[in-house]
Amino acid sequence: MEQNKIICVSCPIGCRMTIQSKDGKITSIIGNACLKGIKYAEEEFVNPLRILPTTVKVIGGELPLVSVKTEKAIPKRLLLEAMTEIAEIEVNAPVKIGQIIKDDLMGTGVSLVATRNIKRADSNQHS
Amino acid sequence: MKLEYDLVIIGGGPAGLAVALEARRNTVKDILLLERDKYLGGILPQCIHNGFGVQYFKEELTGPEYAERFIAKLNDSQIDVKTETMVIKVTPDKRIIAMNRNDGLLHIQAKAVVLAMGCRERTREAIAIPGNRPAGIFTAGTAQRYINIEGYIPGREVVVLGSGDIGMIMARRMTLEGARVKAVLEIMPFSTGLIRNRVQCLDDFNISLKFNHTITRIEGERRVKRVIVARVDKNLQAIPGTEEEISCDTILLSVGLIPENELTGEAGIKLDPVTRGPIVNENRETEIEGIFACGNVLHVHDLADFVTEEGEIVGRAVGEYLKRNRKFRSQPIKIVPGENIAYVVPQHIDFIVPGRKKIKIFMRVKKPAEKVRIVFKDDKGEMMASYKKAIVTPGEMLSVYLPEVLLEDKLKNITISVKRD
Repeated sequence: MEQNKIICVSCPIGCRMTIQSKDGKITSIIGNACLKGIKYAEEEFVNPLRILPTTVKVIGGELPLVSVKTEKAIPKRLLLEAMTEIAEIEVNAPVKIGQIIKDDLMGTGVSLVATRNIKRADSNQHS
Repeated sequence: MKLEYDLVIIGGGPAGLAVALEARRNTVKDILLLERDKYLGGILPQCIHNGFGVQYFKEELTGPEYAERFIAKLNDSQIDVKTETMVIKVTPDKRIIAMNRNDGLLHIQAKAVVLAMGCRERTREAIAIPGNRPAGIFTAGTAQRYINIEGYIPGREVVVLGSGDIGMIMARRMTLEGARVKAVLEIMPFSTGLIRNRVQCLDDFNISLKFNHTITRIEGERRVKRVIVARVDKNLQAIPGTEEEISCDTILLSVGLIPENELTGEAGIKLDPVTRGPIVNENRETEIEGIFACGNVLHVHDLADFVTEEGEIVGRAVGEYLKRNRKFRSQPIKIVPGENIAYVVPQHIDFIVPGRKKIKIFMRVKKPAEKVRIVFKDDKGEMMASYKKAIVTPGEMLSVYLPEVLLEDKLKNITISVKRD
C-alpha cells in the first residue's frame, strides 16, 4: 500500500487529498470536497502533465531570446530533461508568434512553439 | 502634430490596451495611448508562463500571447500610440505633459484621461531587512526580466522571500534554468499567491515553502553569501533561538506590489489608504470627473484577465462620459469595508443607469476564513443581501454582484462584511 499527498488546484479551496494505491492502482482518495478533486487526483496520479514555458536563443533578433511553450502539456517527469534539450536550440530572427521552433520534442509528439514575435535587429519598425 | 484628443490613456499594459479597444468599440474616435517602454504589453511579455486568458478567452495562454491578442487588434485600429514616451504630469483640467526623443516635450489636451500605469514591486528597502548591502538581491520581477527577456541568470543558489505569485513562478523558472532554490519563506501562516502556483511551481519541484518564517539578516561582502532566517510569532516578530543559516548567492523578493500613483497624487486625486489607488465610482472614475483609473494602478489584481475586464468597464464609461449621457443619483452610495474586508472597489456608486441589473463589487479579505457569508448591510444595519462562500483568502480577489433593485434612492452607505455561516 502506498500513499501520495496532493493539493487540488481546481479551485481556491485547495483540498489536501491523500491517494492510497496498490500496485499502481488507486484504492482510495480522501480529503476532496467535490468531484473535481477525484478527477484531478486521478490525472495527477496516473500521468501528471504540464505545459512547459521557457525561452530559446535568437540569432540576429532585436532581443536575445524568444519565449516559447510546449503546444500541449507534456509529462511532468520530462520537464527538466526537456530543458536540457531546449537549451541547445537556436533560432534565426525574425520569429513569428505560433511558429514551430522544434517539433516532436523528446518524442512526445508535442511541438515547441514561439509565444511572441521577434523582429530582426536591423528592422526599425516599432510595434 | 495632433495635440488634442478625446481620450488619452497613460500606460500600454493589459489595462490600457483593454480601455483603448473598448473605448473604440464605444464610438470614442480620437484616442492616444502613451507607453514609456519600447513595446506595448506592460509586464506581460516577461510573464512567459501559462495561466493567462482562462477567464477572458476561455483558453490558456502565456503572458506574451495574451498581450499579442490585444496588440494585434490595436495595430488594426485607428488608435494613436506613442511608445518610449514618459508622462511627467497630469493636471486636473486634463492636460498631459509628456516627453520622448522624437517629439521633445508634449502638451496634450484630453477630454478624458485614463490612468493605467500599473504597479511596482515592493523592494528590500520598503521592508527593511537588516544586514549588509551586497549584490545578489533582486525583486522577483527584475529577475524575471533578466532571465526571460535579456537572457541572464541572476544567480545559482536562491532564497525567495515572500510567497506571492511572482516569487513562486520565479522559484520554478530558476529551477528550470539550473539554479537551486533552497527555500521560499512566507512570514504569514498562509500563501499570498494562487494555489495553482504553489502546486505547480513549488511542490512539483520539491521546493520547500516555510510559513511563519522571514529573513532576519543578510550576510556577504560583495555578493550575498548567506541569509539568517527565523520563525516568527503571532505579531510577526522573529522568535529568538529559531534562527538558521541558509547559504545562497541570490535573494529574490516577492513581498508585495504597490500601485504606481505618483501622477495621480500630483494631479490632486485622493487615494484609498488600503488599495493605494485612487478612490473611484462604479465607472472607475476618480473624484475628478473625466479622469478614470483601472488595472493595477487602481488595486493590485491576481489575474490579467480581471485587469482586462476592468479596462473594458472604463472603455465603456469613457464613451458614456464623452456623450454626456449620464444621470447622477441624488446622493452617492458609499461602499464601506466591514469585518474582515480589507478593501472594496468601487468605493462608491454615483449613477442611475437605466437597464442596469447589477454592479460587480470587487474586494479582498484581511485573513483566510472558511464557510462564510459575504453580508451587505444598509445604513440602519439591516441585511440587504448575503452570499455563501466556501473559502475566502487574501490571495484571491473576491467579487460579488450587488443587485440594482436594492439601491434605493435614500441609501447612503452599504457595509460589506465576512461572517461565519
